[in-house]
Amino acid sequence: MNAVRYTAPARLLHWLMAALLIGLLALGFYMSDLPLSPEKLQLYAWHKWAGVTAFILLAIRLLWRATHRPPALPASMSAAAQRMAHLGHLALYGLMIAIPLSGWLMSSAKGFQTVYFGVLPIPDLLAKNPELGELLATLHGGLNLLLVVTVLGHAAAALKHHFVDKDDVLRRMLP
Amino acid sequence: MNLKPLILAAASLLAAQAHATEYNQVQADKSAIQFSYQQMGVKMDGKFKKFTSQLAFDPAKPTAARAQFDVELASVDAGSSDANQEVAGKAWFNSKAFPTARFVSSEVKPLGGNHYEVTGELSIKGQARKMVIPATFTAQGATGVFDGAFTLRRGDFNIGEGSWAKFDIVANDVHVRFRITAAGK
Repeated sequence: MNAVRYTAPARLLHWLMAALLIGLLALGFYMSDLPLSPEKLQLYAWHKWAGVTAFILLAIRLLWRATHRPPALPASMSAAAQRMAHLGHLALYGLMIAIPLSGWLMSSAKGFQTVYFGVLPIPDLLAKNPELGELLATLHGGLNLLLVVTVLGHAAAALKHHFVDKDDVLRRMLP
Repeated sequence: MNLKPLILAAASLLAAQAHATEYNQVQADKSAIQFSYQQMGVKMDGKFKKFTSQLAFDPAKPTAARAQFDVELASVDAGSSDANQEVAGKAWFNSKAFPTARFVSSEVKPLGGNHYEVTGELSIKGQARKMVIPATFTAQGATGVFDGAFTLRRGDFNIGEGSWAKFDIVANDVHVRFRITAAGK
């Protein structure tokens, strides 16, 4: 069975990012409704640092993905199901790129530069513009709702493969 | 040709100019008070939109210069609407109870060239502190421009109390920059 599993780096990156993205999502939805306080500012800083980290991990992951073919989907899957799986993965990657970018742009537009771990300033891509900042905040939130739905679909599909189809699709990504 | 009256006239004109230019008509639209501070390593910029200044400065008699600034604390722009609302509150400026910050000069010392050192008292939120502020003066035609910058510690003035009193999130140092433009008379 080992021959058809994802490579160890691919599995590590997948689960690292899974944990990070779930943490980022929970923190993001929680912190945005808090009244202004030192804790809120702290959480925002942590969220941004974790977001930058996720973006870096994603870059490594895309590089790995471009140079290593993932194992093929089981032949028992219909062509339509295979296309759905590819589309789903494409959506996940698209969101993983668009969400940190929208957060970065939003920070710039709102006038809060991102300084990675409080040390490394990330350049502002936009000049300060509060109206645009609000718009980007709505976009960032909306994209994240879309990510929640896509991740739930992703997990449901993996569980269906394992428990209903009884194939090795889930097992080949397990740590 | 007798040049004497002409020379005398020119000399008296020069003398008059050397003495009488006192810059004291502050042009609010060409004057600004800005500040910056660090928030978890991130530099934040802000400014005060409303302040009044009284100024009298004669480059020929700098030690006689006087300056007073009254800053309307409610006019602060601390970088975002959230922050503006927050800093007006009791923990920060408490601008309902303490609407203005005031600086009154007590001494102006020329440091050579166009550099000066202005000593005075800064009062914010019921706290008064002696400040020594370096400034430069540049004459630009009929107006003069005063530029200066100094650092105040917000803790000295109880700006940011309670949960904000620690400096790990919002730093203690606030860097203030000002540019005051005044016409001469």
